[in-house]
Amino acid sequence: MFRDAPHFDVRDYLRKEMMPHFLCPGCGHGMALRALLWALHELKIDRDRLAVVSGIGCAGRLSAYIDANTFHTTHGRPLAYATGLALARPDLHVVVITGDGDCLAIGGNHLIHACRRNLKLTCLMLNNEIYGMTGGQVSPTTSETRLTTTTPHGNSEPNFDACALATAAGAGFVGREVTRHVPKLKELIKDGLQHPGFAFIEVLSDCTEVYGRKNDMGSSSEMVLRQKSEMRPSAYRDSVDEPFRSTDLPTGILTRNTRPEYGAALRAAAAARAAK
Amino acid sequence: MNAIDRSHARSAAKLLSGNAACAQGAIDAGCSFFAGYPITPSSEIAERLSVLLPKAGGVFVQMEDEIAAMAAVIGASMGGVKALTATSGPGFSLKQENIGYAAGAEIPCVIVNVMRGGPSTGMPTRPSQADIFQTRYGSHGDYPIIVLAPASAREIYDETIRAFDLAEICRTPVVLLYDQVIAQSSETVALGGRPPVHATRKWASGPRDSYKPYAAGDDGVPPMPRPGDGYRTHTTGLTHSESGFPSQDPETVTRNLGRLYAKLEKHRDLIDSYEAVRCEDADVVIVAIGISARAARRAVDACRADGHKVGLFRPITLWPFPEIALREATKTAKAILVPELNIGQLRLEIERQLRDRRVEGLHLISGEPITPAQIAAAATKLATGV
Ligand SMILES: Cc1ncc(C[n+]2csc(CCOP(=O)(O)OP(=O)(O)O)c2C)c(N)n1
Ligand code: SF4
Repeated sequence: MFRDAPHFDVRDYLRKEMMPHFLCPGCGHGMALRALLWALHELKIDRDRLAVVSGIGCAGRLSAYIDANTFHTTHGRPLAYATGLALARPDLHVVVITGDGDCLAIGGNHLIHACRRNLKLTCLMLNNEIYGMTGGQVSPTTSETRLTTTTPHGNSEPNFDACALATAAGAGFVGREVTRHVPKLKELIKDGLQHPGFAFIEVLSDCTEVYGRKNDMGSSSEMVLRQKSEMRPSAYRDSVDEPFRSTDLPTGILTRNTRPEYGAALRAAAAARAAK
Repeated sequence: MNAIDRSHARSAAKLLSGNAACAQGAIDAGCSFFAGYPITPSSEIAERLSVLLPKAGGVFVQMEDEIAAMAAVIGASMGGVKALTATSGPGFSLKQENIGYAAGAEIPCVIVNVMRGGPSTGMPTRPSQADIFQTRYGSHGDYPIIVLAPASAREIYDETIRAFDLAEICRTPVVLLYDQVIAQSSETVALGGRPPVHATRKWASGPRDSYKPYAAGDDGVPPMPRPGDGYRTHTTGLTHSESGFPSQDPETVTRNLGRLYAKLEKHRDLIDSYEAVRCEDADVVIVAIGISARAARRAVDACRADGHKVGLFRPITLWPFPEIALREATKTAKAILVPELNIGQLRLEIERQLRDRRVEGLHLISGEPITPAQIAAAATKLATGV
């Protein structure tokens, strides 16, 4: 167990009028929300200037709980909404919360281009390997052979390694963490929030209700314990030779480099032309 | 974001295409954000704004697709700036889900749809007027929207500015709808003489604790919270209460959707715009928009010269339709003629409104504009009862 940092009380950051929240008992998304709020607290980010943009799904619902400027947009599009918001208002701190279906299926194209553009945004993708909100259909991250409501005979599609995808698309900051280690996740989110460009963070979360139950994955604590060893994109598994294959998904900061931030570059170019 | 420099607004007459006039109108209206995705015949708007916007302290961004462009425009507007996107039929279809979001969450923005022939990728370089219903009913669910249908480069300039004004005043998306001929033909346009833009967004002010983002006064338009001003509100596409938080309470959702329609009704004096030409004594009134209306204008003169009492009613505001003005303009008419570049979209609306009257359509779907002679012939036939 961990203890809250001094002076961090998660309730200070939540909208009390939205309680009780709608997450199922044991849902990993709650842990991810806690880690995000804790990171915002430790970085002393001014909530009047914090904008949280989310998509549609259980993950997407989280924005409503955060006492800040929050925008619950359309399915798959939060990165595109956030792009407009961040370009129009460079003074705001913009955080995107999205699910694996939201971000990698319907919103996959926006993710690729957000990585490429490198606008200053922090994107938290909560990967629970399933479409939670719609009742447990297969997602681009569902592990092979898993049962879902649309793969009654077991999933036969290979899944995504979202972090590898983000890195290949040019994201300067890519990280992955599990909700099992909330303090570590908080540190990773802090790093991402401070990155001067697009930061992609994959959070390995758990859908206890419509995924875990269907696949006999045990209680939520058992699901959390499995997080690293069982949830692994085949793309990663297949890309390394047999003796080096780890049962663990790599976590922590996976990519970090700096290149010009898109908004600043646009503004600088316009200023330079105006000065001529 | 910097204030927009409008010093170039009062220029002398120049040769401008409709699309160029639109881009200039956007700058003069104070637009400081454009997101788009190229598509013929709308691309010149994006190309022009990629030059003009950075000079005026604004942002131009070419997004990965039209869905993203619409989303980015809404995002920018939520941040507090006037924002525009421009597209044509296929792209407009892609934007629809987010247009509904803007209508429901009450985010001001302007969307240009330069109509080309369809369906699907259709005829990219040919005119059409077949998106009339798509502008009004394209997104899912019930929602009201404002659609303006200018018919010349000069009018595109004025209506672009008016579109921004209406978007801000009514907190709603506004669509500018015109066809390929008007978009890409160059005309001499004098941009001078337009009064400065007055419409600025009504921002939330006053105590933060008791603030409700969707509580509206008599005009039905709630003041908008600007991020950074301390109103930490929630914006969602879900049905919501005055607090902005999701609600499915039957009374609450009924009241809120009712308000969306009512707020436009309350602003009809600002929204409604039309032109009625020689309708006072007309036996036949032609109802048309865009390039078809311009041909109809010539047809009216030709018919009058031949001694037939023919007039023209041209809705400039297409939705909500100026139905009171239409009824007034067709008071004496025995028959109505609707020439349009589709199989009968405007005609269907006119039939609905003038149920007791004879309404005839003249529909061309070949990708060519209708000629004045074709319209004059059809109007003459109706006037003479042949
Ligand atoms: C355009 C559109 N298509 C489909 C849906 C239905 N839908 C709502 S949430 C969701 C999936 C969410 O899954 P994910 O992003 O993984 O988030 P989770 O609920 O698992 O947190 C879908 C398909 C929608 N709202 N909009
Ligand atoms: S359905 Fe799954 S993801 Fe959604 S709240 Fe329940 S446990 Fe969480």
